[in-house]
Amino acid sequence: MSRRPLLREFPPTTWYFRQPRYLRYMSREITSILIAAYCVLLVFGLHSLAAGPAAWEAFLLTLKSPASIVFQLLVLIAAVYHAATWFNATQKAMPLQIGEYFVPGAMISGAHYVAWALLSFAILFLAGVI
Amino acid sequence: MSNSPPRSHPPLAAPPEGAAASLGRPGGSSERTVTLEVLRYDPDTDSEARFQRYEVVCQEEWVVLDALNKVKADIDPTLNYRWSCHMAVCGSCGMMINGEPKLSCHAFLRNYEGVIRIEPLANFPIERDLVVAPDDFMDKLKRVKPYLIPKQEKPISEGEYKQTPAQLMKYRQYSMCINCMLCYAACPQYGLTPSFIGPAALTLAHRYNQDSRDGGRKERQEVAATHEGVWECTFVGACSEVCPAHVDPASALQQMKITSSIDWIVEHLIPGGKP
Repeated sequence: MSRRPLLREFPPTTWYFRQPRYLRYMSREITSILIAAYCVLLVFGLHSLAAGPAAWEAFLLTLKSPASIVFQLLVLIAAVYHAATWFNATQKAMPLQIGEYFVPGAMISGAHYVAWALLSFAILFLAGVI
Repeated sequence: MSNSPPRSHPPLAAPPEGAAASLGRPGGSSERTVTLEVLRYDPDTDSEARFQRYEVVCQEEWVVLDALNKVKADIDPTLNYRWSCHMAVCGSCGMMINGEPKLSCHAFLRNYEGVIRIEPLANFPIERDLVVAPDDFMDKLKRVKPYLIPKQEKPISEGEYKQTPAQLMKYRQYSMCINCMLCYAACPQYGLTPSFIGPAALTLAHRYNQDSRDGGRKERQEVAATHEGVWECTFVGACSEVCPAHVDPASALQQMKITSSIDWIVEHLIPGGKP
């Protein structure tokens, strides 16, 4: 009996269509593109701020355009989705053992959601929004 | 490799009297004809793999492995596949069932409709039919030194290396791996980058690193804390979803990333620091 194992090619660009779980993973990863784009927007904002009041006002006006609002809404959805997947993953990355038992994963992820809510509240409060 | 002579059927013992009724089937166990579409490859004659269909009369309570055993016993004795325990313990009968890595002894026919497509585990070379070549996995398993490396050897006369229940629980989950390789078949990173040490081997490294009796973490880190090790993992999480032993390799690998990061910080950012 000869040994001649058959190698199978792994599709380098279309593999994530193979299973729904791969698509879920890619959707999580792809949110980083929108978040990166928003970081670029913030850099432009800083640049406008440094350039003087007129440039800053023009930047704020651009942010209020319909296209900009749609973009920011998409970024917000992406950021919330990414954060949720991240918090859900914390229970895997940081299991907490007390004696012979492990703290339920939902408590670890839940604590992150609570911290997120409190920090968001504090930032909105400091910004004068609420 | 299952190339023994065909054996008599059925592979499952008859259920005890009344069992069918208790399952809500007043007529007893029912039969149905199942169509299996099995990927075949003969290294002596084939240059490509091909699908072959079998119509198999099965009992409703059978698993896919039973159907394959029926094929081998009554229809086509040339079909090759691995199996042993028939109870999800040995880890031999892993295969792709409708595109999902599964133990065929754990895949109940009642959960499938229409044609059931059966292929060898993804991401491994096909040895013959449903039998894959596990050489790469076995090599990687050896590389992570999956055994106790005591901090300090002591003579047998000094007794056992003792451990508390809490110390046992720290790694117990990760010691349940049955080396079935389903996690490798599910992992796209392993498919894309075959040099990746992979979920099961790294999880086993984590299992020994977490063991209070072990002192071999530094040796394992030479393999585990590299680009081919945990840093190749992008946390798809498929390994944990398909694991039949609920080992949760994704959890082990993320924990290893954290400890590796702490090692790096200690070594590079703290003067005189040693991980």
